[in-house]
Amino acid sequence: MKYTIPAEEVMCSGHKACQGCGAALAMRYALKALGPRTIMTFPACCWSVIDGPFPYSAVGVPLFHTAFETAAVVASGIRAGLDARGEEDINVVAWAGDGGTFDIGIQALSGTTERNDNIIYVCYDNEAYMNTGVQRSSATPWGAVTSTTPARHFKQERKKDMMAILAAHSIPYTASASVAYPEDFVKKLNYAKSIKGTKFLHILASCPPGWRSAPELAVQLARLAVQTHVFPLYEIHEGRYFRMSMNPKKKPITEYLKPQGRFRHLTEEQVADMDRMVDERYEYLLEQAERSKPYFEDKKGN
Amino acid sequence: MSEEIKWTKESDMPLMAMSMGRMTVNKTGSWRNLRPVVDKDKCNKCGICWKFCPDVSIKMDAEDYPVVDLEYCKGCGICATECPKDAITMVKES
Amino acid sequence: MQKVIMGNHALSWGALLSRAEVIAAYPITPQTEVVELLSNMCADGDLDAQFIKVESEHSAMAASMGASAAGARTFTATSAQGLALMHEVLHWATGARLPIVMGNINRAMAPPWTIWTEQTDSISERDTGWLQIYTSSIQEIMDSVIQAYKVAEQVYLPVMVVLDSFVLSHTNENCDIPDQSKVDAYLPKFENAYKLDVAKPAAYGGLTGPDWYYELRYKIQKDTERSLDLFEETGKEFGEMFGRPYGLVETYKLDDAEIVLVTSASIASTARPVIDQLREEGHKAGLVRIRVFRPFPSDLLRKLLQGRKKVLVIDRNISFGMSGAFYEETKAALYNEKSAPPMWGYIAGLGGRDVPVDVIKETFLETIKEDHPEGDIIWIGVKK
Repeated sequence: MKYTIPAEEVMCSGHKACQGCGAALAMRYALKALGPRTIMTFPACCWSVIDGPFPYSAVGVPLFHTAFETAAVVASGIRAGLDARGEEDINVVAWAGDGGTFDIGIQALSGTTERNDNIIYVCYDNEAYMNTGVQRSSATPWGAVTSTTPARHFKQERKKDMMAILAAHSIPYTASASVAYPEDFVKKLNYAKSIKGTKFLHILASCPPGWRSAPELAVQLARLAVQTHVFPLYEIHEGRYFRMSMNPKKKPITEYLKPQGRFRHLTEEQVADMDRMVDERYEYLLEQAERSKPYFEDKKGN
Repeated sequence: MSEEIKWTKESDMPLMAMSMGRMTVNKTGSWRNLRPVVDKDKCNKCGICWKFCPDVSIKMDAEDYPVVDLEYCKGCGICATECPKDAITMVKES
Repeated sequence: MQKVIMGNHALSWGALLSRAEVIAAYPITPQTEVVELLSNMCADGDLDAQFIKVESEHSAMAASMGASAAGARTFTATSAQGLALMHEVLHWATGARLPIVMGNINRAMAPPWTIWTEQTDSISERDTGWLQIYTSSIQEIMDSVIQAYKVAEQVYLPVMVVLDSFVLSHTNENCDIPDQSKVDAYLPKFENAYKLDVAKPAAYGGLTGPDWYYELRYKIQKDTERSLDLFEETGKEFGEMFGRPYGLVETYKLDDAEIVLVTSASIASTARPVIDQLREEGHKAGLVRIRVFRPFPSDLLRKLLQGRKKVLVIDRNISFGMSGAFYEETKAALYNEKSAPPMWGYIAGLGGRDVPVDVIKETFLETIKEDHPEGDIIWIGVKK
């Protein structure tokens, strides 16, 4: 068989992720790209449970569990500790959920990013506090039902644009990726590995229990999020230059929304509202990508 | 493969909560309600099922056919959904 | 080398001589000079360390955790609000068994805004599992940082070196700065047996149920108890190498003392002439300065204090609704002793109010006057 992503498995079976967990897939791909010379830190998030209870672990690389708001800066500390000891070739990765990134961890993340500390920060975004029972976060999309935003008062605020916030720190590399496109995912991490500075990856990680969707649809939904332009795959280089990783012909947004219980309450009108928001943002990205074309032409390759 | 770690007293343990074994000790196959069954006649050996398994529970055999590791497969059904040849069906566990 | 330096710079020199490999810090008055000098030491190449200029004290401690977990000798410093902001991760550093050393400059807590000295900030962290040394001279600050690493790295627990704001932090004294080679011999390079290591991948701090969490806490307590002996040994060894021995407590004219003052930090320095005066006036007064507060030297205090006629404690900190911490704990240590002396608990100097010779003398005279203490808290010098 011809492998399109590395065959080596660093993460093992037996972990505690739910059936059809996008976050588990994300870790599997990430470690394939990163390899065993990697040290990770997790704040409170699904992965603090998935990895397994003491005295077991699933990731297969050194891992420091840390407090909710500290993933980025603990990674900065690990990096400094390794550099002080001359171990500069080891990847240091902060691996956090959307709560630990968009909400409680944003201050430390901004600090690490502003200093451009040489780490990779991966946010696996399942769009709510799934580990504590699906409460809304600032990554929860407009219209979604969570345990703190019931159908009669669904989430009224738009999803925070974390990529833009990160890019505003002028870091070398900011990219979105999806568990439905593992080759693209691995390619982006390989690039992140190859350059110095803070690299940020935003992964949409489907969550069957939180999204109220069937586990077998986990990859399909992640794919539909890209195909309906809800979660575009793109890169921002140097905080300014945008490049679409793919620009699929848009599928109707309902194909993404319908299989998910969290959007079931939306009226046709509300779906149309959501669609408009998605288009607005997508057009903005295309404009930015158009503007950035000369940069990538000059740069060639990557 | 990891063995279950059994301690009887505090002096058996490390200084801090430090892992001593891998999660393969946790046989998640018991979570499964539906079991993936591969139809070799339909399979084109593309490996997509292997690629999308969140539980690292599909291995490719010497002839490149997928083999499901039932010790760990949680029965999520992603492999069956993603298979481009409909070569995997989910069958109820008895 | 002899050099006149300020208390804050004594912390920086302590970190330099200890060959700290990573420093992560955030500025706060009255701590700023600690990190300013360290920045310069790093910039000039005198100190070969990574300096992470973090965006908060919470991140200063979190970055220190990461660096220490990666195996590096790590130093930070803070004060008051900054220490309080670290609270959550102070527990984390202990639970993760990270031998970080931190300087804390005792400053009173806001509101109202204040920058003057009081110990309530560090006393509030006494249950985080950090070992705590309360210093009383510029020389002792520097020496304590070096000793702190030696203890921390044997028991895998973090240590806080504490000093009074301004009274010590901004006071200049002549200091003996020992040769680096001598310090290296006293404090060799540290190899953390539990560091994050790609050759031996392990997860640290994973979910632990009631079946083993309890034992992990037991281990922390046992190693904290062990650190008591280590503080004594390392302090003694320090004396043999550098001519300045240190112990868990420091005593003054204690042998035949009938009335003993127990206190800490700079108040203890001011108390010495008071003891002399009282002795001239015919009172057999003595002094115990508690240097190591965590672990609390209960056994030693029982030995030193039982059988005395009277004990008074002056606290520059307060646990509202109870009393001062040094008083509480000294009293608790003696409670089961048959010949435990009556004990008076005085609060003085909160928010940087001066505690001069006459205030200390007043506490003695009050104590001499009374047969038995009334209540657990006596305020000295409240304007009424």
